[in-house]
Amino acid sequence: MHGAADFPLLSMLVMVPAIGSLLVALSPRRRPEYAKLIATVTSVGVGAMSVWMLRAFDSHSGDFQFVSRHPWIESWGISWHLGVDGISLFLVVLTGVLFPLAIVGIDPHNDDPRRDKPYFAWLLLLEAGVMGSFVSLDLFLFFVFFEIVLVPMYFLIGGWGYEGRVGAATKFFLYTMLGSAFMLVSILATVFIASANGLGRITFDLIELAEGASFAASTGRWLFFGFAIAFAVKVPVFPLHTWLPDAHTQAPTAGSVVLAGVMLKLGTYGFLRFGLYLFPEAARWSRPLWLTLAVIGIIYGAIAATMQGDLKRLVAYSSVAHLGFIVLGTFAFTSQAITGSVMQMVNHGVSTGALFLMVGMIYERRHTRQIADLRGLQHVAPVFAAAFTVVMLSSIGVPGLNGFVGEYLILIGSFLTARWWVVVAATGVILAALYLLWAYQRVFHGEPDEENRSFPELRWREGMVLLPFIGIIVFTGIYPKPMLERIEPAVHDLIEHVSERTGYVEPQPTAVSVDDGHGEGE
Amino acid sequence: MPEQFIAPSVDWFALSPYLVMVAGALGLLVVGALTPRWPRGLYSLVSALTATSAGVLAVFIWHDVAESGPGTLVGGALAHDAFAQFVTVAVCLSTALVALVTDAEVRGTVLEGPEIHALLLAAATGAMVMGASNDLIVLFLGLETLSLALYVLAASERTAAGQEAGMKYFILGGLASAVLLYGIALLYGGARSTNLGEIVARFQSTVALERNDSLVLAGLALLIVGLGFKVAAAPFHVWSPDVYQGAPTHVTAFMASVGKVAAFAAMLRVLVIALPFHRDDWRPVIWVLAIASLVVGSMLAVVQSDVKRMLAFSSVSHAGFLLVGVEAAGHRAGEPLSGDGLESVLVYLSLYSVLVVGTFAIVTVVCRHAGGSTDISAFAGLGRRRPVLALALTVLLLAQAGVPLTSGFVAKWGVIQSAVAERSYAIAVIAMVSAVIAAFLYLRIMVSAWLADPSEVEPEPVPVMTGVAIALAAVVTVVVGVYPELLLGWTDALSSYAR
Repeated sequence: MHGAADFPLLSMLVMVPAIGSLLVALSPRRRPEYAKLIATVTSVGVGAMSVWMLRAFDSHSGDFQFVSRHPWIESWGISWHLGVDGISLFLVVLTGVLFPLAIVGIDPHNDDPRRDKPYFAWLLLLEAGVMGSFVSLDLFLFFVFFEIVLVPMYFLIGGWGYEGRVGAATKFFLYTMLGSAFMLVSILATVFIASANGLGRITFDLIELAEGASFAASTGRWLFFGFAIAFAVKVPVFPLHTWLPDAHTQAPTAGSVVLAGVMLKLGTYGFLRFGLYLFPEAARWSRPLWLTLAVIGIIYGAIAATMQGDLKRLVAYSSVAHLGFIVLGTFAFTSQAITGSVMQMVNHGVSTGALFLMVGMIYERRHTRQIADLRGLQHVAPVFAAAFTVVMLSSIGVPGLNGFVGEYLILIGSFLTARWWVVVAATGVILAALYLLWAYQRVFHGEPDEENRSFPELRWREGMVLLPFIGIIVFTGIYPKPMLERIEPAVHDLIEHVSERTGYVEPQPTAVSVDDGHGEGE
Repeated sequence: MPEQFIAPSVDWFALSPYLVMVAGALGLLVVGALTPRWPRGLYSLVSALTATSAGVLAVFIWHDVAESGPGTLVGGALAHDAFAQFVTVAVCLSTALVALVTDAEVRGTVLEGPEIHALLLAAATGAMVMGASNDLIVLFLGLETLSLALYVLAASERTAAGQEAGMKYFILGGLASAVLLYGIALLYGGARSTNLGEIVARFQSTVALERNDSLVLAGLALLIVGLGFKVAAAPFHVWSPDVYQGAPTHVTAFMASVGKVAAFAAMLRVLVIALPFHRDDWRPVIWVLAIASLVVGSMLAVVQSDVKRMLAFSSVSHAGFLLVGVEAAGHRAGEPLSGDGLESVLVYLSLYSVLVVGTFAIVTVVCRHAGGSTDISAFAGLGRRRPVLALALTVLLLAQAGVPLTSGFVAKWGVIQSAVAERSYAIAVIAMVSAVIAAFLYLRIMVSAWLADPSEVEPEPVPVMTGVAIALAAVVTVVVGVYPELLLGWTDALSSYAR
């Protein structure tokens, strides 16, 4: 509970883009420039509000802040309950920052300027949905936002994507909706079972459910898996990842940036907020499964990325690997690892978002994304190459850049509780270097041939868009403390909640003894 | 010596919705026959107004019911409860929307005139009677009033497809009515009454040995078959794709909305209200019908290429969803705390009927423009030609798919909620998964509308009244989706029904 909470900040973060979307939709059809203007103003405003929230956030508290709560559908026990804590804070800010960059910096892949209008309307609606998902503290509300996000994304991929867009969009929609189908039943079952076991009334409120209800072990596991399927599809966890390369590759650049930047985080965030928090016992019980799938995802994603001939597909598969790290950290159940996971969610959003942005620039210049068609770009566009290098190194996880901090925390935190999984996962770090450096070598090194000789250098506008990305990459890489100290209290509370419910004791890093050669720290 | 006949007392005001509808139908016929052709659209307006005023009267009666409590009318023939008024409002709303759509559909053809509207109003009266029936004979009368009018309406277009549709509907519908009537007869044999209240009273006051339960069970089985046909639940759905496709589109809209509302209301009256003592006998049957409808409806919808056939199969899958609610209502039927199953089915019905009329209204606009072709290719490029119309279509289709912030989500949520509350997890999961399969179908139509290249560049004309109907349907869809409390605040009263 925060002193400055009189201003309904979180509600504004959700409603302003939604209203902006409506305004864009109502803007005159003959003046497409209005659409972009409204979209820019709205998204910049939301970005500014989210940054202001970052400043006003009380970094010593693990509680939900800026809480806003109003009854919505009283007959069903549903309320408009929003709040933000250290786990969701940076995802909200990332959403707030990424959207204006995507709106201002990336032109829609369009042949007809009149189609700008629906494009911006969908983007803003998407922002409202993503924001809403990250700040919802009511299961119904979360489900509504989680599901509504599909519609704008479907139309963005289907309407402004590349050659195989309709198939990719449909696959994306159906896959995610299938996951949500299980989650919906699970949400309802959670609410009814909770009301019968301890709560005594029907409520969809996350905090009341998590604190007040207790589930029998087998019940909790079933319920958890209902949620977990939805999140696993969204993350995506191996073997449910097959929609992702298609959706990423066919989506317009802004769509890919948003998809990789924030939408995949809905899954990993969901695991933390709704999986671990609501069903600590089930999450603990099933962790070998998730750790194994995470590690398979890391290795599989990396190997698949190495094999890709399409630059965008390569980045897409690298996402599978990176998200494997996040899932690994989540299910390691140590403060360090979960803090690392939360941080890595943001890092991945920034670095992969930037990679998609730059791949989009390459496509715009050369009309190809095939690695084999590109060569020697460093010669003709050194600044572009330099920017790409920074982003790529951040994605690899080189010390001094943001990716390192997150990955390192995940690995070191997980080592105590999931040693052998970490051993395998660590090779993924090497593989990441392999596929990205190899791709870089093929695209940027060598002598440019005839077609690549005229590759234009980074333009001012493009540079201005990339600058915030690179700024965040370098800043959090060198000075991660402000970020970590905001994340940690919430993660600490989460681990404490798990401990209370399951009797689990978090192993302390200092307690590592050398002779304990084969334990897993349980 | 025969008993002396005592005329039952009649509360005329409580009957006013029926009277208004019948008066409207007769008035249209008589006045329409005696006067020269009315100005364009006036027939539609009059019948829409008639339906609307009947609906408004039902709302007033609802208030009376809320004050005085549920009761019966005309010597126990009709129920006087919130359930009946809710069904009446839903039927009247759908009828009014269909009447608006009908105008442009019949304009300039031999069908233009009062007859078709008189038939619509008569059919709607039958539907209202079904929803309010407190006696199996009255229920059958309502059903026949609805069905006979619908047979004629289905065959009203003098095309081979229209005639075939009418004939099929007539023969199969007649068979189903016969089965239903036989079921009523057997039930009467077992329960010694056709009055729902007396049936329940008899089960309450006797034990199984004193009555002939095998007759009751046989009657129940036949009733379920007959009602299953009327609601188009798999495996009794085979008539619906052909009839939906062949019948004129505005009639299809009426069938899919009013027909479904009435049939499900009747099913609730018979199963949940009259036969709660046999809930453990009929609930498993409903479970099977629900799953079959969900799976068959969604799977077969996906492989169609004709929009009207698609929507026919999608309505089978919607029937499956509704049956999920009926199944949920069956767990504690007849008990004081009977759960939300019954309410959720009624809410679903009311929302779905508006949705489906809106969707078919758009089909009439697009397909008339495409020269009567109802193939999905007629929708190609609609987003370029008529963006607002395409947006309305998108809203309605997303609602049918059950996407949040639309009324379809509220409807689905309610049904699944009541199923989960009764711990029917399997049926809830199957329903949700089949909703995903069905979503593919709605996506196909949307893809065609927004993403396919236009086969036609000329934008289709949108008749004013059809446009009004579409706009109303879309607005209801969104408003109820965003703020469901508007509707849900009303529905608590539904569980205290009369018998």
